Amino acid sequence: MAVAAVAVAGSQRHRALSEPRWVRWLLTGLALATFGLFLLLPLLTVFGEALAKGVSSYWAALSDEDALAAVRLTLLVAGITVPLNVVFGVIAAWCVAKFDFAGKSVLISLIDLPFSVSPVISGLIYVLLFGLQGLLGPWLAALGIKIIFAVPGLVLATLFVTFPYVARELIPLMEEQGTEEEEAAVVLGASGWRVFWRVTLPNIKWGLLYGVLLCNARAMGEFGAVSVVSGHIRGQTTTMPLQVEILYNEYNFVAAFAIASVLAMLALVTLAVKSALEWRFSKEIAGMGH
Amino acid sequence: MSAAKSSVIPGFGPTLGFTLFYLGLVVLIPLAALLLRAAGLGWGQFVDAAFSARVLAAYRLSFGGALLAAAANVGAGLLVAWVLVRYEFPGRKLVDALVDLPFALPTAVAGIALTAIYAPNGPLGRLLLQAGIKVAFTPLGVVVAMVFIGFPFVVRTVQPVLQDLEVEHEEAAVSLGANRLQVFGRVILPAILPALLTGFALAFARALGEYGSVIFIAGNMPGLSEIAPLLIVTKLEQYDYAGATAIAAVMLVAAFTLLLLINTLQKWRHARLHGG
Repeated sequence: MAVAAVAVAGSQRHRALSEPRWVRWLLTGLALATFGLFLLLPLLTVFGEALAKGVSSYWAALSDEDALAAVRLTLLVAGITVPLNVVFGVIAAWCVAKFDFAGKSVLISLIDLPFSVSPVISGLIYVLLFGLQGLLGPWLAALGIKIIFAVPGLVLATLFVTFPYVARELIPLMEEQGTEEEEAAVVLGASGWRVFWRVTLPNIKWGLLYGVLLCNARAMGEFGAVSVVSGHIRGQTTTMPLQVEILYNEYNFVAAFAIASVLAMLALVTLAVKSALEWRFSKEIAGMGH
Repeated sequence: MSAAKSSVIPGFGPTLGFTLFYLGLVVLIPLAALLLRAAGLGWGQFVDAAFSARVLAAYRLSFGGALLAAAANVGAGLLVAWVLVRYEFPGRKLVDALVDLPFALPTAVAGIALTAIYAPNGPLGRLLLQAGIKVAFTPLGVVVAMVFIGFPFVVRTVQPVLQDLEVEHEEAAVSLGANRLQVFGRVILPAILPALLTGFALAFARALGEYGSVIFIAGNMPGLSEIAPLLIVTKLEQYDYAGATAIAAVMLVAAFTLLLLINTLQKWRHARLHGG
Protein backbone atom coordinates (compact mmCIF):
# COMPACT_ATOMS: atom_id res chain seq x y z
CA MET A 1 0.00 0.00 0.00
CA ALA A 2 2.63 2.47 1.13
CA VAL A 3 4.82 1.57 -1.82
CA ALA A 4 1.90 2.08 -4.22
CA ALA A 5 1.09 5.43 -2.64
CA VAL A 6 4.68 6.58 -3.03
CA ALA A 7 4.67 5.44 -6.64
CA VAL A 8 1.45 7.34 -7.36
CA ALA A 9 2.79 10.43 -5.61
CA GLY A 10 5.99 10.07 -7.61
CA SER A 11 4.23 9.90 -10.94
CA GLN A 12 1.99 12.81 -9.97
CA ARG A 13 5.04 14.80 -9.04
CA HIS A 14 6.63 13.87 -12.32
CA ARG A 15 3.51 14.96 -14.16
CA ALA A 16 3.43 18.24 -12.29
CA LEU A 17 7.02 18.89 -13.40
CA SER A 18 6.24 18.40 -17.04
CA GLU A 19 3.53 19.56 -19.39
CA PRO A 20 0.49 17.51 -20.45
CA ARG A 21 1.20 15.35 -23.47
CA TRP A 22 -0.77 17.50 -25.91
CA VAL A 23 1.21 20.57 -24.86
CA ARG A 24 4.49 18.70 -25.35
CA TRP A 25 3.40 17.60 -28.82
CA LEU A 26 2.20 21.06 -29.73
CA LEU A 27 5.43 22.72 -28.61
CA THR A 28 7.60 20.11 -30.33
CA GLY A 29 5.56 20.48 -33.50
CA LEU A 30 5.83 24.27 -33.41
CA ALA A 31 9.57 24.09 -32.79
CA LEU A 32 10.07 21.65 -35.66
CA ALA A 33 7.92 23.82 -37.94
CA THR A 34 10.03 26.88 -37.06
CA PHE A 35 13.17 24.87 -37.64
CA GLY A 36 11.93 23.53 -40.97
CA LEU A 37 10.69 26.86 -42.24
CA PHE A 38 13.59 29.06 -41.17
CA LEU A 39 16.60 26.75 -41.32
CA LEU A 40 15.93 23.62 -43.35
CA LEU A 41 13.99 25.22 -46.20
CA PRO A 42 16.72 27.77 -47.11
CA LEU A 43 19.33 25.01 -47.01
CA LEU A 44 17.31 22.70 -49.27
CA THR A 45 16.50 25.60 -51.59
CA VAL A 46 20.20 26.16 -52.27
CA PHE A 47 20.64 22.60 -53.55
CA GLY A 48 17.26 22.51 -55.29
CA GLU A 49 17.92 25.68 -57.28
CA ALA A 50 21.49 24.60 -58.09
CA LEU A 51 20.21 21.36 -59.65
CA ALA A 52 17.07 22.93 -61.18
CA LYS A 53 18.40 22.54 -64.74
CA GLY A 54 20.04 19.18 -64.22
CA VAL A 55 23.40 17.86 -63.18
CA SER A 56 25.17 18.83 -66.41
CA SER A 57 24.44 22.55 -66.03
CA TYR A 58 25.43 22.25 -62.38
CA TRP A 59 28.84 20.85 -63.38
CA ALA A 60 29.21 23.34 -66.19
CA ALA A 61 28.65 26.20 -63.72
CA LEU A 62 31.22 24.79 -61.33
CA SER A 63 33.87 24.17 -63.97
CA ASP A 64 33.51 27.66 -65.43
CA GLU A 65 36.85 29.47 -65.50
CA ASP A 66 35.69 32.43 -63.38
CA ALA A 67 34.18 30.04 -60.85
CA LEU A 68 37.46 28.17 -60.53
CA ALA A 69 39.35 31.44 -60.19
CA ALA A 70 36.95 32.40 -57.38
CA VAL A 71 37.58 29.07 -55.64
CA ARG A 72 41.36 29.57 -55.91
CA LEU A 73 41.13 33.13 -54.57
CA THR A 74 38.92 32.03 -51.66
CA LEU A 75 41.42 29.31 -50.75
CA LEU A 76 44.29 31.78 -51.03
CA VAL A 77 42.63 34.38 -48.77
CA ALA A 78 41.66 31.78 -46.16
CA GLY A 79 45.11 30.21 -46.46
CA ILE A 80 46.73 33.50 -45.45
CA THR A 81 44.27 34.80 -42.88
CA VAL A 82 43.51 31.65 -40.90
CA PRO A 83 47.17 30.81 -40.02
CA LEU A 84 47.83 34.46 -39.07
CA ASN A 85 44.82 34.54 -36.76
CA VAL A 86 45.74 31.14 -35.30
CA VAL A 87 49.20 32.43 -34.37
CA PHE A 88 47.66 35.56 -32.90
CA GLY A 89 44.92 33.59 -31.11
CA VAL A 90 47.36 31.24 -29.40
CA ILE A 91 49.72 34.05 -28.35
CA ALA A 92 46.90 36.27 -27.11
CA ALA A 93 45.34 33.39 -25.19
CA TRP A 94 48.68 32.54 -23.57
CA CYS A 95 49.11 36.14 -22.48
CA VAL A 96 45.55 36.59 -21.20
CA ALA A 97 44.99 33.16 -19.64
CA LYS A 98 48.34 32.43 -18.03
CA PHE A 99 49.04 35.82 -16.45
CA ASP A 100 47.25 38.39 -14.31
CA PHE A 101 47.69 42.01 -15.19
CA ALA A 102 45.88 45.33 -15.01
CA GLY A 103 43.54 46.01 -17.93
CA LYS A 104 43.02 42.36 -18.79
CA SER A 105 39.25 42.58 -19.16
CA VAL A 106 39.64 45.65 -21.38
CA LEU A 107 42.04 43.68 -23.57
CA ILE A 108 39.54 40.81 -23.87
CA SER A 109 36.79 43.26 -24.86
CA LEU A 110 39.05 44.81 -27.49
CA ILE A 111 39.83 41.38 -28.95
CA ASP A 112 36.06 40.80 -29.28
CA LEU A 113 35.50 44.17 -30.95
CA PRO A 114 35.38 42.97 -34.61
CA PHE A 115 32.37 40.76 -33.73
CA SER A 116 30.23 43.83 -33.15
CA VAL A 117 31.33 45.85 -36.18
CA SER A 118 29.14 45.66 -39.28
CA PRO A 119 30.92 43.74 -42.08
CA VAL A 120 30.50 46.73 -44.36
CA ILE A 121 32.33 48.96 -41.88
CA SER A 122 35.06 46.31 -41.56
CA GLY A 123 35.76 46.84 -45.25
CA LEU A 124 35.25 50.59 -45.21
CA ILE A 125 37.99 51.22 -42.62
CA TYR A 126 40.60 49.78 -44.98
CA VAL A 127 39.26 51.81 -47.91
CA LEU A 128 39.64 54.94 -45.77
CA LEU A 129 43.22 53.95 -44.95
CA PHE A 130 44.53 52.52 -48.21
CA GLY A 131 42.06 53.64 -50.92
CA LEU A 132 43.01 56.28 -53.49
CA GLN A 133 41.31 58.99 -51.41
CA GLY A 134 42.49 57.32 -48.24
CA LEU A 135 45.01 58.41 -45.63
CA LEU A 136 47.91 56.45 -47.11
CA GLY A 137 46.43 56.23 -50.63
CA PRO A 138 48.56 58.83 -52.46
CA TRP A 139 51.73 57.50 -50.88
CA LEU A 140 50.90 53.89 -51.83
CA ALA A 141 49.97 54.98 -55.36
CA ALA A 142 53.37 56.69 -55.73
CA LEU A 143 55.04 53.46 -54.71
CA GLY A 144 52.85 51.49 -57.12
CA ILE A 145 51.31 49.35 -54.36
CA LYS A 146 47.65 48.41 -54.79
CA ILE A 147 45.78 47.24 -51.69
CA ILE A 148 42.16 48.23 -52.28
CA PHE A 149 40.47 46.52 -55.27
CA ALA A 150 43.27 43.93 -55.06
CA VAL A 151 44.09 40.77 -53.13
CA PRO A 152 45.83 42.48 -50.14
CA GLY A 153 42.58 44.37 -49.40
CA LEU A 154 40.61 41.12 -49.42
CA VAL A 155 43.15 39.60 -47.01
CA LEU A 156 43.04 42.60 -44.65
CA ALA A 157 39.23 42.76 -44.55
CA THR A 158 39.02 39.01 -43.92
CA LEU A 159 41.73 39.25 -41.28
CA PHE A 160 39.62 41.83 -39.44
CA VAL A 161 36.33 39.91 -39.44
CA THR A 162 37.94 36.59 -38.42
CA PHE A 163 40.28 38.21 -35.90
CA PRO A 164 38.57 37.08 -32.63
CA TYR A 165 37.58 33.49 -33.49
CA VAL A 166 40.63 31.51 -32.30
CA ALA A 167 41.51 33.75 -29.35
CA ARG A 168 37.87 33.76 -28.23
CA GLU A 169 37.77 29.97 -28.18
CA LEU A 170 41.14 29.48 -26.43
CA ILE A 171 40.98 32.16 -23.70
CA PRO A 172 38.17 30.63 -21.57
CA LEU A 173 39.55 27.12 -22.14
CA MET A 174 43.08 28.01 -21.04
CA GLU A 175 41.79 30.07 -18.11
CA GLU A 176 39.84 27.05 -16.93
CA GLN A 177 42.88 24.79 -17.22
CA GLY A 178 44.93 27.07 -14.99
CA THR A 179 48.70 27.24 -14.84
CA GLU A 180 49.68 24.35 -12.55
CA GLU A 181 50.80 21.93 -15.25
CA GLU A 182 52.88 24.59 -16.96
CA GLU A 183 54.41 25.68 -13.65
CA ALA A 184 55.36 22.09 -12.84
CA ALA A 185 57.04 21.72 -16.24
CA VAL A 186 58.98 24.97 -15.77
CA VAL A 187 60.10 23.95 -12.28
CA LEU A 188 61.31 20.65 -13.75
CA GLY A 189 63.50 22.65 -16.11
CA ALA A 190 61.53 22.79 -19.37
CA SER A 191 61.97 25.83 -21.60
CA GLY A 192 58.99 28.02 -22.51
CA TRP A 193 58.75 26.49 -26.00
CA ARG A 194 58.92 22.97 -24.65
CA VAL A 195 56.19 23.74 -22.11
CA PHE A 196 53.98 25.05 -24.88
CA TRP A 197 54.48 22.11 -27.28
CA ARG A 198 54.46 19.33 -24.68
CA VAL A 199 52.03 20.57 -22.02
CA THR A 200 49.79 23.36 -23.27
CA LEU A 201 49.19 22.35 -26.88
CA PRO A 202 48.04 18.78 -26.10
CA ASN A 203 45.58 20.26 -23.61
CA ILE A 204 44.08 22.77 -26.02
CA LYS A 205 44.23 20.85 -29.30
CA TRP A 206 40.50 20.15 -29.64
CA GLY A 207 39.55 23.67 -28.63
CA LEU A 208 42.10 25.00 -31.11
CA LEU A 209 40.68 22.83 -33.89
CA TYR A 210 37.20 24.11 -33.02
CA GLY A 211 38.38 27.71 -33.24
CA VAL A 212 40.22 27.11 -36.53
CA LEU A 213 37.09 25.53 -38.00
CA LEU A 214 34.87 28.51 -37.17
CA CYS A 215 37.56 30.96 -38.28
CA ASN A 216 37.94 29.17 -41.61
CA ALA A 217 34.19 29.01 -42.26
CA ARG A 218 33.91 32.75 -41.74
CA ALA A 219 37.04 33.48 -43.81
CA MET A 220 35.74 31.53 -46.80
CA GLY A 221 32.18 32.78 -46.51
CA GLU A 222 32.70 36.46 -45.70
CA PHE A 223 30.73 38.71 -48.01
CA GLY A 224 30.10 42.26 -46.77
CA ALA A 225 33.64 43.21 -45.80
CA VAL A 226 35.31 41.79 -48.92
CA SER A 227 32.56 43.20 -51.12
CA VAL A 228 33.58 46.73 -50.12
CA VAL A 229 37.30 46.29 -50.86
CA SER A 230 37.07 43.94 -53.84
CA GLY A 231 36.09 46.13 -56.78
CA HIS A 232 34.41 43.03 -58.24
CA ILE A 233 36.94 42.37 -61.00
CA ARG A 234 35.87 39.05 -62.52
CA GLY A 235 38.45 36.31 -62.33
CA GLN A 236 40.76 38.53 -60.27
CA THR A 237 39.23 39.93 -57.09
CA THR A 238 36.01 37.94 -56.73
CA THR A 239 35.94 35.34 -53.99
CA MET A 240 33.23 32.64 -54.08
CA PRO A 241 30.57 34.65 -52.18
CA LEU A 242 31.22 37.65 -54.46
CA GLN A 243 30.97 35.42 -57.54
CA VAL A 244 27.58 34.24 -56.21
CA GLU A 245 26.43 37.86 -56.09
CA ILE A 246 27.69 38.69 -59.59
CA LEU A 247 26.00 35.65 -61.15
CA TYR A 248 22.77 36.24 -59.25
CA ASN A 249 22.59 39.87 -60.38
CA GLU A 250 23.07 38.64 -63.97
CA TYR A 251 20.01 36.37 -63.46
CA ASN A 252 22.26 33.34 -63.92
CA PHE A 253 20.51 31.60 -61.02
CA VAL A 254 21.72 28.04 -61.67
CA ALA A 255 25.36 29.13 -61.67
CA ALA A 256 24.88 31.37 -58.61
CA PHE A 257 23.24 28.57 -56.63
CA ALA A 258 25.82 26.04 -57.87
CA ILE A 259 28.64 28.02 -56.25
CA ALA A 260 26.39 28.72 -53.28
CA SER A 261 25.88 24.95 -52.90
CA VAL A 262 29.64 24.44 -52.54
CA LEU A 263 29.68 27.07 -49.78
CA ALA A 264 26.64 25.43 -48.17
CA MET A 265 28.46 22.09 -48.16
CA LEU A 266 31.40 23.78 -46.48
CA ALA A 267 28.98 25.07 -43.83
CA LEU A 268 27.50 21.59 -43.34
CA VAL A 269 30.93 19.99 -42.98
CA THR A 270 31.86 22.71 -40.49
CA LEU A 271 28.71 22.04 -38.45
CA ALA A 272 29.23 18.26 -38.59
CA VAL A 273 32.82 18.41 -37.35
CA LYS A 274 31.83 21.04 -34.77
CA SER A 275 29.03 18.83 -33.41
CA ALA A 276 31.31 15.78 -33.37
CA LEU A 277 33.89 17.75 -31.39
CA GLU A 278 31.22 18.99 -28.96
CA TRP A 279 29.87 15.50 -28.32
CA ARG A 280 33.27 13.86 -27.88
CA PHE A 281 35.33 16.56 -26.24
CA SER A 282 32.81 18.90 -24.63
CA LYS A 283 35.08 19.33 -21.60
CA GLU A 284 38.04 20.25 -23.77
CA ILE A 285 36.20 22.94 -25.69
CA ALA A 286 35.25 26.10 -23.87
CA GLY A 287 32.67 28.78 -24.54
CA MET A 288 30.48 26.51 -26.61
CA GLY A 289 27.86 28.50 -28.46
CA HIS A 290 29.26 31.59 -26.70
CA MET B 1 51.90 43.33 -13.54
CA SER B 2 53.15 42.17 -10.16
CA ALA B 3 51.38 38.85 -10.49
CA ALA B 4 52.87 38.44 -13.94
CA LYS B 5 56.34 38.99 -12.57
CA SER B 6 55.91 36.51 -9.76
CA SER B 7 54.75 33.79 -12.16
CA VAL B 8 57.38 31.22 -13.15
CA ILE B 9 55.76 30.79 -16.56
CA PRO B 10 57.81 32.57 -19.19
CA GLY B 11 56.64 34.73 -22.05
CA PHE B 12 54.49 37.46 -20.51
CA GLY B 13 56.35 40.38 -22.08
CA PRO B 14 56.66 39.04 -25.64
CA THR B 15 53.10 37.66 -25.84
CA LEU B 16 51.55 40.86 -24.47
CA GLY B 17 53.69 42.91 -26.82
CA PHE B 18 52.71 40.87 -29.86
CA THR B 19 49.03 40.82 -28.88
CA LEU B 20 48.91 44.61 -28.54
CA PHE B 21 50.90 45.12 -31.76
CA TYR B 22 48.66 42.86 -33.85
CA LEU B 23 45.47 44.16 -32.24
CA GLY B 24 46.56 47.73 -32.93
CA LEU B 25 47.56 47.04 -36.51
CA VAL B 26 44.53 45.02 -37.61
CA VAL B 27 41.72 46.43 -35.46
CA LEU B 28 42.41 49.57 -33.47
CA ILE B 29 44.29 51.78 -35.94
CA PRO B 30 41.84 51.17 -38.82
CA LEU B 31 38.84 51.80 -36.54
CA ALA B 32 40.47 54.92 -35.12
CA ALA B 33 41.13 56.15 -38.68
CA LEU B 34 37.40 55.95 -39.39
CA LEU B 35 36.42 57.88 -36.27
CA LEU B 36 39.17 60.44 -36.93
CA ARG B 37 37.93 60.98 -40.46
CA ALA B 38 34.35 61.37 -39.19
CA ALA B 39 35.56 63.91 -36.62
CA GLY B 40 37.39 65.79 -39.38
CA LEU B 41 34.19 66.32 -41.34
CA GLY B 42 33.05 69.29 -39.29
CA TRP B 43 29.70 69.42 -37.53
CA GLY B 44 27.57 70.82 -40.36
CA GLN B 45 28.86 68.41 -42.96
CA PHE B 46 28.57 65.48 -40.55
CA VAL B 47 24.93 66.22 -39.71
CA ASP B 48 24.06 66.74 -43.38
CA ALA B 49 25.64 63.42 -44.33
CA ALA B 50 24.58 61.33 -41.34
CA PHE B 51 21.02 62.62 -40.86
CA SER B 52 19.56 63.40 -44.28
CA ALA B 53 16.02 62.17 -44.98
CA ARG B 54 17.21 59.15 -46.96
CA VAL B 55 19.72 58.15 -44.26
CA LEU B 56 17.14 58.59 -41.49
CA ALA B 57 14.78 56.24 -43.35
CA ALA B 58 17.61 53.71 -43.57
CA TYR B 59 18.29 53.95 -39.82
CA ARG B 60 14.58 53.52 -39.15
CA LEU B 61 14.51 50.32 -41.20
CA SER B 62 17.79 48.97 -39.77
CA PHE B 63 16.94 49.66 -36.13
CA GLY B 64 13.21 48.90 -36.42
CA GLY B 65 13.77 45.73 -38.42
CA ALA B 66 16.48 44.52 -36.06
CA LEU B 67 14.20 45.19 -33.08
CA LEU B 68 11.30 43.22 -34.60
CA ALA B 69 13.60 40.39 -35.68
CA ALA B 70 15.25 40.13 -32.26
CA ALA B 71 11.82 40.07 -30.59
CA ALA B 72 10.68 37.31 -32.94
CA ASN B 73 13.88 35.43 -32.15
CA VAL B 74 13.18 35.61 -28.41
CA GLY B 75 9.93 33.69 -29.00
CA ALA B 76 11.30 31.25 -31.56
CA GLY B 77 14.59 30.78 -29.70
CA LEU B 78 12.92 30.11 -26.35
CA LEU B 79 10.57 27.59 -27.98
CA VAL B 80 13.38 25.71 -29.73
CA ALA B 81 15.69 25.79 -26.70
CA TRP B 82 12.86 24.54 -24.46
CA VAL B 83 11.98 21.64 -26.76
CA LEU B 84 15.65 20.71 -27.25
CA VAL B 85 16.35 20.62 -23.51
CA ARG B 86 13.12 19.26 -22.09
CA TYR B 87 11.67 16.86 -24.64
CA GLU B 88 12.87 13.74 -26.42
CA PHE B 89 11.98 13.37 -30.08
CA PRO B 90 13.56 11.74 -33.12
CA GLY B 91 16.08 13.99 -34.85
CA ARG B 92 16.76 16.06 -31.75
CA LYS B 93 20.52 15.94 -32.19
CA LEU B 94 20.24 16.90 -35.84
CA VAL B 95 18.08 19.90 -34.99
CA ASP B 96 20.50 20.86 -32.24
CA ALA B 97 23.45 20.76 -34.65
CA LEU B 98 21.66 22.67 -37.42
CA VAL B 99 20.57 25.52 -35.12
CA ASP B 100 23.99 27.08 -35.82
CA LEU B 101 23.43 27.02 -39.59
CA PRO B 102 22.97 30.82 -39.85
CA PHE B 103 26.42 31.23 -38.23
CA ALA B 104 28.05 28.78 -40.64
CA LEU B 105 26.24 29.54 -43.89
CA PRO B 106 27.81 32.46 -45.81
CA THR B 107 25.44 35.42 -45.71
CA ALA B 108 25.27 35.80 -49.50
CA VAL B 109 24.12 32.17 -49.77
CA ALA B 110 21.43 32.75 -47.15
CA GLY B 111 20.41 35.93 -48.95
CA ILE B 112 19.80 34.37 -52.36
CA ALA B 113 18.12 31.29 -50.82
CA LEU B 114 15.67 33.41 -48.80
CA THR B 115 14.95 35.52 -51.87
CA ALA B 116 14.20 32.41 -53.94
CA ILE B 117 11.80 31.19 -51.24
CA TYR B 118 9.92 34.45 -50.67
CA ALA B 119 9.98 35.94 -54.19
CA PRO B 120 6.51 36.23 -55.79
CA ASN B 121 7.25 33.07 -57.82
CA GLY B 122 8.94 31.22 -54.93
CA PRO B 123 7.31 28.36 -53.01
CA LEU B 124 6.34 30.41 -49.94
CA GLY B 125 6.19 33.76 -51.70
CA ARG B 126 3.44 32.52 -54.00
CA LEU B 127 1.34 31.23 -51.09
CA LEU B 128 1.80 34.40 -49.06
CA LEU B 129 0.99 36.56 -52.06
CA GLN B 130 -2.38 34.82 -52.37
CA ALA B 131 -3.02 35.90 -48.80
CA GLY B 132 -2.07 39.42 -49.84
CA ILE B 133 1.29 39.42 -48.07
CA LYS B 134 4.33 40.53 -50.03
CA VAL B 135 7.60 39.54 -48.38
CA ALA B 136 10.49 39.78 -50.84
CA PHE B 137 11.50 43.29 -51.94
CA THR B 138 9.62 44.91 -49.02
CA PRO B 139 10.64 45.86 -45.44
CA LEU B 140 9.05 42.59 -44.31
CA GLY B 141 11.67 40.72 -46.36
CA VAL B 142 14.38 42.62 -44.49
CA VAL B 143 12.91 41.42 -41.18
CA VAL B 144 12.72 37.81 -42.44
CA ALA B 145 16.43 37.85 -43.33
CA MET B 146 17.26 39.41 -39.96
CA VAL B 147 15.29 36.70 -38.15
CA PHE B 148 17.26 34.05 -40.02
CA ILE B 149 20.65 35.58 -39.25
CA GLY B 150 19.88 36.08 -35.53
CA PHE B 151 18.15 32.76 -34.96
CA PRO B 152 20.93 30.89 -33.08
CA PHE B 153 21.64 33.59 -30.48
CA VAL B 154 18.64 33.16 -28.16
CA VAL B 155 18.71 29.36 -28.48
CA ARG B 156 22.39 29.23 -27.57
CA THR B 157 22.15 31.64 -24.62
CA VAL B 158 19.00 30.08 -23.12
CA GLN B 159 19.83 26.40 -23.72
CA PRO B 160 22.67 26.03 -21.15
CA VAL B 161 20.69 27.89 -18.48
CA LEU B 162 17.66 25.64 -18.98
CA GLN B 163 19.94 22.62 -18.80
CA ASP B 164 21.50 23.71 -15.51
CA LEU B 165 18.19 24.69 -13.93
CA GLU B 166 17.72 22.65 -10.78
CA VAL B 167 14.54 20.59 -10.65
CA GLU B 168 14.35 21.13 -6.87
CA HIS B 169 13.14 24.70 -7.35
CA GLU B 170 10.32 23.53 -9.58
CA GLU B 171 9.51 20.71 -7.14
CA ALA B 172 9.35 23.16 -4.27
CA ALA B 173 6.98 25.40 -6.24
CA VAL B 174 4.76 22.43 -7.11
CA SER B 175 4.67 21.19 -3.51
CA LEU B 176 3.58 24.69 -2.50
CA GLY B 177 0.64 24.31 -4.87
CA ALA B 178 1.81 26.07 -8.02
CA ASN B 179 0.46 24.86 -11.35
CA ARG B 180 2.64 24.41 -14.44
CA LEU B 181 2.07 27.91 -15.82
CA GLN B 182 2.83 29.48 -12.46
CA VAL B 183 6.02 27.43 -12.21
CA PHE B 184 7.04 28.68 -15.63
CA GLY B 185 6.18 32.30 -14.91
CA ARG B 186 7.50 32.48 -11.38
CA VAL B 187 10.41 30.01 -11.29
CA ILE B 188 11.71 29.26 -14.77
CA LEU B 189 11.22 32.60 -16.52
CA PRO B 190 13.07 34.69 -13.88
CA ALA B 191 15.97 32.23 -14.04
CA ILE B 192 16.34 32.44 -17.82
CA LEU B 193 15.50 36.15 -18.13
CA PRO B 194 19.14 37.39 -18.18
CA ALA B 195 19.96 34.81 -20.86
CA LEU B 196 16.89 35.81 -22.89
CA LEU B 197 17.88 39.49 -22.72
CA THR B 198 21.47 38.70 -23.69
CA GLY B 199 20.25 36.64 -26.63
CA PHE B 200 17.90 39.47 -27.64
CA ALA B 201 20.72 42.03 -27.53
CA LEU B 202 23.11 39.78 -29.48
CA ALA B 203 20.49 39.09 -32.16
CA PHE B 204 19.65 42.79 -32.35
CA ALA B 205 23.32 43.78 -32.71
CA ARG B 206 23.89 41.19 -35.42
CA ALA B 207 20.79 42.20 -37.40
CA LEU B 208 21.70 45.90 -37.15
CA GLY B 209 24.98 45.48 -39.00
CA GLU B 210 23.88 42.66 -41.29
CA TYR B 211 24.43 43.14 -45.00
CA GLY B 212 24.82 40.00 -47.12
CA SER B 213 21.65 38.15 -46.25
CA VAL B 214 19.49 41.29 -46.36
CA ILE B 215 20.42 43.05 -49.60
CA PHE B 216 19.12 40.36 -51.96
CA ILE B 217 15.65 40.09 -50.42
CA ALA B 218 15.29 43.79 -49.57
CA GLY B 219 14.78 45.23 -53.05
CA ASN B 220 16.80 48.21 -51.81
CA MET B 221 14.41 51.02 -52.72
CA PRO B 222 15.74 54.30 -51.29
CA GLY B 223 13.65 55.51 -48.36
CA LEU B 224 11.63 52.30 -48.25
CA SER B 225 13.64 49.08 -48.12
CA GLU B 226 17.21 50.36 -47.97
CA ILE B 227 19.23 49.39 -44.87
CA ALA B 228 21.96 51.60 -43.40
CA PRO B 229 24.91 49.27 -44.22
CA LEU B 230 23.79 49.21 -47.88
CA LEU B 231 23.67 53.00 -47.91
CA ILE B 232 27.32 53.05 -46.76
CA VAL B 233 28.23 50.86 -49.75
CA THR B 234 26.16 53.02 -52.12
CA LYS B 235 27.87 56.22 -50.94
CA LEU B 236 31.25 54.56 -51.31
CA GLU B 237 30.45 53.50 -54.87
CA GLN B 238 29.60 57.13 -55.65
CA TYR B 239 32.99 58.15 -54.16
CA ASP B 240 31.08 60.04 -51.43
CA TYR B 241 33.62 59.13 -48.74
CA ALA B 242 32.31 61.76 -46.31
CA GLY B 243 28.77 60.40 -46.57
CA ALA B 244 29.90 56.80 -46.07
CA THR B 245 32.13 57.74 -43.13
CA ALA B 246 29.42 59.72 -41.34
CA ILE B 247 26.84 56.89 -41.54
CA ALA B 248 29.48 54.35 -40.53
CA ALA B 249 30.45 56.43 -37.50
CA VAL B 250 26.81 56.54 -36.32
CA MET B 251 26.43 52.78 -36.81
CA LEU B 252 29.74 52.14 -35.05
CA VAL B 253 28.74 54.18 -32.00
CA ALA B 254 25.43 52.26 -31.88
CA ALA B 255 27.30 48.95 -32.10
CA PHE B 256 29.73 49.87 -29.31
CA THR B 257 26.87 51.02 -27.06
CA LEU B 258 25.20 47.65 -27.64
CA LEU B 259 28.47 45.86 -26.88
CA LEU B 260 28.69 47.65 -23.53
CA LEU B 261 25.08 46.71 -22.78
CA ILE B 262 25.73 43.06 -23.69
CA ASN B 263 28.83 42.93 -21.48
CA THR B 264 26.80 44.31 -18.57
CA LEU B 265 24.05 41.77 -19.20
CA GLN B 266 26.58 38.95 -19.31
CA LYS B 267 28.07 40.04 -15.99
CA TRP B 268 24.58 40.04 -14.51
CA ARG B 269 23.97 36.58 -15.94
CA HIS B 270 27.27 35.36 -14.57
CA ALA B 271 26.47 36.72 -11.14
CA ARG B 272 23.09 34.96 -11.27
CA LEU B 273 24.66 31.65 -12.33
CA HIS B 274 27.40 31.63 -9.75
CA GLY B 275 25.45 33.22 -6.94
CA GLY B 276 27.94 36.11 -6.78
